[in-house]
Amino acid sequence: MTENTPLKINTGFRLQWEPAQESHVLLYPEGMVKLSSAAAEILGLVDGQRSLIDITHLLSEKFPEADLAEDVKEFVEVAITKGWIS
Amino acid sequence: MSKDIDGPRWLLAELTYKCPLQCPYCSNPTDYTKYSSELTTSEWISTMRQARDLGAVQLGFSGGEPLVRTDLEQLVEAAREMGFYTNLITSGVGMDAERVARLKQAGLDHIQISFQASDEVLNDRFAGTRAFQHKKEMAREVKAQGYPMVLNFVLYRDNIDRVEEIMDLALELEADQVELANTQYYGWALHNREVLLPTKDQLVRARASAERYQDEYKDQCRFIYVIPDYYETRPKACMSGWGKIFLNIAPDGSALPCQGARQMAHIDFPNVRDVSLEDIWFGSDAFNVYRGESWMRDPCRTCDHRHEDFGGCRCQAYQLTGDARNADPVCSLSPDHKKITQAVTMAQNQQPDNSVKVAFRNPKNSKLFERSEAG
Repeated sequence: MTENTPLKINTGFRLQWEPAQESHVLLYPEGMVKLSSAAAEILGLVDGQRSLIDITHLLSEKFPEADLAEDVKEFVEVAITKGWIS
Repeated sequence: MSKDIDGPRWLLAELTYKCPLQCPYCSNPTDYTKYSSELTTSEWISTMRQARDLGAVQLGFSGGEPLVRTDLEQLVEAAREMGFYTNLITSGVGMDAERVARLKQAGLDHIQISFQASDEVLNDRFAGTRAFQHKKEMAREVKAQGYPMVLNFVLYRDNIDRVEEIMDLALELEADQVELANTQYYGWALHNREVLLPTKDQLVRARASAERYQDEYKDQCRFIYVIPDYYETRPKACMSGWGKIFLNIAPDGSALPCQGARQMAHIDFPNVRDVSLEDIWFGSDAFNVYRGESWMRDPCRTCDHRHEDFGGCRCQAYQLTGDARNADPVCSLSPDHKKITQAVTMAQNQQPDNSVKVAFRNPKNSKLFERSEAG
């Protein structure tokens, strides 16, 4: 993956808001992960078109006070390792 | 108990106890023929709606063989609309390419196909029917139609030495995930334990193989090796605790905290035909009886592990010690731990012996269990 590679949520994974848990969850065969709001913000922008750069850019606009670049990169790497996105 | 209890997260809908297979480690009750009445389509839809409103999000359609239900597509569609992540847990028997496509259209998220072994002879011997070739075809079909695919292999004495062949088969079929699930000894499997329980040496070898494949093929397939609790000294945190996240609805509408609980004759399990799921989950004696820690006895009552393992498995305690409030005998701190070690020693000393008779899971044998209970 480079910073410009379009990212997509892998087949079989679904991001969804769960009112009962008051959080976003990522659903997949035999399991689910409850996501932090930051993780949900990032994954919510993964649409098969946007790259890491695009996502970081959009989030920086939304949260101008925070310095997010490193955190976003780190989360995206973890999500790729876990097989959630590619 | 009040609403400081969370709602269920997992709903297992056992649509039917009917099944074309006869696996001797089946998780259905041994006396399943007693419960022949099945919920209707609209009763299932209402049950799923209620579970969803309580917060359930993972939904497994299981059985028996769920494909036996001709309204499966309709149930999947309804479940998907409610926002469930839908899993079909199937033997593959009763499936064809058209049905796979119809389920896809209905919104089914994923399919798990069970195999009994990696070769036709052993597979079909333990399935009690010819199924192996069809299962392979269906696995290919599931992949071809773009589903993520999980394969499930229950491991037992006769197939565990072939765990590498099993994993090779899974790779050949392009499974995304493979459960190598050592038999859990409840119901049918407990009855057949002498035939099924592997030796320690077998387990050590299988585990090493699984670890090697996990590493070598990590980019291709996720191999999950489920350890057999008989060879442990700490019990499993069964179901993450009684009435905590898991809700099982049996074909007749009985609500159970797990698949094995039905054997507990002292508990009156409520039925979704009579009571709302909300009342069942939060208010019923059946779901509250082993919730939390107040029911515990020694050694669990004061044990440091109780917050992590919840005393292990209530069904295992019940069936091996006669009282579900006892510690799971898998635990080395349990005064009944020898019941486990004795079974393990027996497995160790047992010579290959074809004279031990397997009780296959079928209506004839189930009726025998029914009768022996009544007697």
